[in-house]
Amino acid sequence: MSLALPEPDALAVAVSGRDRLALARALNLLDDRRPAARQCAAAFLDALPTDKLDTGGHLIGITGPPGAGKSSLTAALIQVWRRRGLKVAILAVDPSSPITGGALLGDRLRMHASGADREVFIRSLACRGEFGGLSAEVWPMSLAMLAAFDIVLVETVGVGQKEIDVSKMTDTTCFVAQPASGDSIQFLKAGIMEVPHVIVVNKEDIGMAARKTLSELKNTLRRQMDPEGWQVPALSASAALGSGIEKLADALDSHRQWLLGQGQFTARRQRCQAEWLVKHLREEFGRYGIGLLGGEEALFTALANSPRRSPIAEYDALRGRVMDAFQR
Amino acid sequence: MSTPKRDKPWLMRTYSGHSSAKASNELYRTNLSKGQTGLSVAFDLPTQTGYDSDHPLARGEVGKVGVPIGNIGDMQALFDQIPLGQMNTSMTINATAAWLLALYVAVAERQGASPAQLQGTTQNDILKEYLSRGTYIFPPAPSVRLTTDIIAYTVKNIPKWNPTNICSYHLQEAGATPTQELAYALSTAIAVMDAVRDSGQIGADGFEQVVGRISFFVNAGIRFIEETCKLRAFGEMWDKLTQERYGAQSEEMRRFRYGVQVNSLGLTEAQPENNVQRIVLEMLGVSLSKRARARAIQLPAWNEALGLPRPWDQQWALRMQQVLAFETDLLEYGDIFDGSPVIAAKVKALVDGATAEMARVQEQGGMVQAIESGYVKRQLVTSHTERMRAIERGDLKIIGLNCYQETEQSPLTGGVDSGIMKVDPRAEREQIERLNAFRAQRNTAEVKAALATLAETARGGSNIMPASILCAHAGVTTGEWSQTLRDIFGEYRAPTGIDIPANDDARSARAVAIRTQVNQTGEEVGRPLRLLIGKPGLDGHSNGAEQIAVKGRDVGFEIVYEGIRLTPEQIAKAALEEGVHLIGLSVLSGSHIEMVDDVFNQLGKVGLKDVPVVIGGIIPESDAKLLKERGIAAVYTPKDIDMNGIMVDILNLIRKANELKPVAVV
Repeated sequence: MSLALPEPDALAVAVSGRDRLALARALNLLDDRRPAARQCAAAFLDALPTDKLDTGGHLIGITGPPGAGKSSLTAALIQVWRRRGLKVAILAVDPSSPITGGALLGDRLRMHASGADREVFIRSLACRGEFGGLSAEVWPMSLAMLAAFDIVLVETVGVGQKEIDVSKMTDTTCFVAQPASGDSIQFLKAGIMEVPHVIVVNKEDIGMAARKTLSELKNTLRRQMDPEGWQVPALSASAALGSGIEKLADALDSHRQWLLGQGQFTARRQRCQAEWLVKHLREEFGRYGIGLLGGEEALFTALANSPRRSPIAEYDALRGRVMDAFQR
Repeated sequence: MSTPKRDKPWLMRTYSGHSSAKASNELYRTNLSKGQTGLSVAFDLPTQTGYDSDHPLARGEVGKVGVPIGNIGDMQALFDQIPLGQMNTSMTINATAAWLLALYVAVAERQGASPAQLQGTTQNDILKEYLSRGTYIFPPAPSVRLTTDIIAYTVKNIPKWNPTNICSYHLQEAGATPTQELAYALSTAIAVMDAVRDSGQIGADGFEQVVGRISFFVNAGIRFIEETCKLRAFGEMWDKLTQERYGAQSEEMRRFRYGVQVNSLGLTEAQPENNVQRIVLEMLGVSLSKRARARAIQLPAWNEALGLPRPWDQQWALRMQQVLAFETDLLEYGDIFDGSPVIAAKVKALVDGATAEMARVQEQGGMVQAIESGYVKRQLVTSHTERMRAIERGDLKIIGLNCYQETEQSPLTGGVDSGIMKVDPRAEREQIERLNAFRAQRNTAEVKAALATLAETARGGSNIMPASILCAHAGVTTGEWSQTLRDIFGEYRAPTGIDIPANDDARSARAVAIRTQVNQTGEEVGRPLRLLIGKPGLDGHSNGAEQIAVKGRDVGFEIVYEGIRLTPEQIAKAALEEGVHLIGLSVLSGSHIEMVDDVFNQLGKVGLKDVPVVIGGIIPESDAKLLKERGIAAVYTPKDIDMNGIMVDILNLIRKANELKPVAVV
């Protein structure tokens, strides 16, 4: 191990060739905050094959309250995807300690019991007290993983509002509802929570309470509609019994198919990046900084029409413009 | 002078077993000839976790912490020339308890003894394995079912057997306070007895027999007055519980019966001779009060914190018991504490505290639920963290460890063997050869049929014992019996319990200073520092790993810790995928050399040759040297109590690996 940086083009080739060590190094690089490393990371992202980043794979976000069983549901999904021959990468985001900045990471073995399958790759991330519930590195890391895996799943602990983050930076968002808890339904009704693309009530094995939560969710969803026209399915499953998991995997995939069918897939990926950029700018410069770039709406429009570029390079360019505007 | 009337002494045992059934049999017969009155069998980790000696996970573990028992041939050799009809045998066995009891019954039958004659104990307390020790296999529900089956079977067929020893012992080892020990052991007893009652295997009229067969396995620490009170509290609470909850009428059946092994947690590697007086004082805690006296005592050897005890060390431990029982006047009196207001007040405080904690467990739905949610484990990790911090600060004095460290060279550890026993490295290979020979001579069709019966029984609801005894006679192996049940019941991973809030020490000046340096180094290397804490092998003693994980988080590291029983391959995979800066291994079973070789081998395969690796465990100095020659960056043993110092050490190893100068943190 040394502080030397990798050669970005070679690293991109190795990552696309699904070299596991290369992917690990790429993720380390994308986590690296030193200025030289950021340049190298930008070059690496630019060297990744564009088809995989624009239309390849399936980037899924899974979120829900603590204790809803996200990890065990993820574990069950991994098994289904592996049976279907799909290669799976996971980004698991854990909270870090507000006092010490340290963190206890991951639920690796809960998500992947045998822990020996080379076609499953799990990286844990601490959210490090920034960027709402999501770590700032999630979007660039998702891109690196999409270059090498069929499914990239981002798991976050979602509490209320912070759940929005993950839904804005993935192709498909799945919300895991806790049976017998009305919280998520209240959030949905009140519009506090962005409507996910798939809702699943876990622990259907507990019976009555799960069925009740499911029917309430269905009632709530009937009055809501995804602004893009996607009809949100509400399902139930049990990670413990392994029931409903195939259907859940199908529902997630139908959303991907729907995006492709609507010709919205690449636009959605671009929008993800724009969301990441704007959020990042807002964290660094606040509403005022966004205002200097003409406001959020104008910014999104401009980003939707700008050519593809690595998020790091794009961010540095936007950042430069804000700094210039400050100095003027 | 007339001889005063003396009480009959307790059963005297030594927890032992190693290398092979034959070697252990020789040791048992020697121990019995020295006046030991019962046997206490230590099984090796593959046997405890249901693997044959030639399973990849068994590598390095065969015959290490106990005897390998792979089939009825081994069990016959273990009890060669020991008539089981007259022996009292305690077996420390949990996940595979039904299987080892089946082998025991089968051997007894071959010796011509009937099950009704057999006396002894199967530990058979799986719930505490999820909290401490870690030799569980299956999820809680099927595990409790196996426990239930053993209880129901023995009450009907082996009436003198103690089918389960509810263990508060390992809870104390995991950090439990006396109050927690009482609360969680009794909550476990409730979970088990409720399950037996609800299984319908025993009618209401027979349930008092079940109550009468439940026994406990208790720990005794150095605070021997409090421990005496704890045992009196146990007796009071058990009497009340069995009467009120289970309607047991007979006072005899409601008596709190327990065996004891005194504390290993407090034994030190530094000045190990001091452990002798610790062990003797701890023995007083379980013997002074007649009302709360142990039925069976086994004492650890003075050198347990160094490695495996030799026969002479075990003899010394036995002689301690014999001196107390036969030389002193202890057994000539009634209870010497009855009527003492000091003792009564302390007992009441313990009972009140434990009753309140038991209520909290019941509110969560009972012990199984409180374990599954991680609640109990978090409570234990919190208590143990507090204890470790108190030792580190010097508030909790341990002679020779954090005070009075000056010492003369000890003649006890100076010999050619450094004062410990080394298991013959050929033991594993020879055991595998015996296993292969056994497999070659058995009737395969009979084995298959027996396993099919076992599978059918496991899927259905009937008692697992008869099918297991059938398997024992047919020549089924430990691995085959266990795998059949693994396939049906599935495997489980218990909560690690390390997700506890940061305590005051995390805010201490030293912790803040270290954290500043950890963050600074993180900036220098470009990203926050990450540690992987890994427990390779079958050993489930996780206190050390948990404490390092919590401490690491508290000084600002990002910690990847996945609990016990990882394969070297899983450790290497996690190190790669998580991009860690350093790997810390923890091994307490004595198989550290094999584990380190395997981990390095796997790290090499994934391309991570340059990540520094440190190790903690019960590691003799001579082995520490070998490990460093193999590339281990640092070795930590129980005498390294300065956790902050370890953190600085780790930080500097990461700095060195990244070509940065070391930092000093005062």
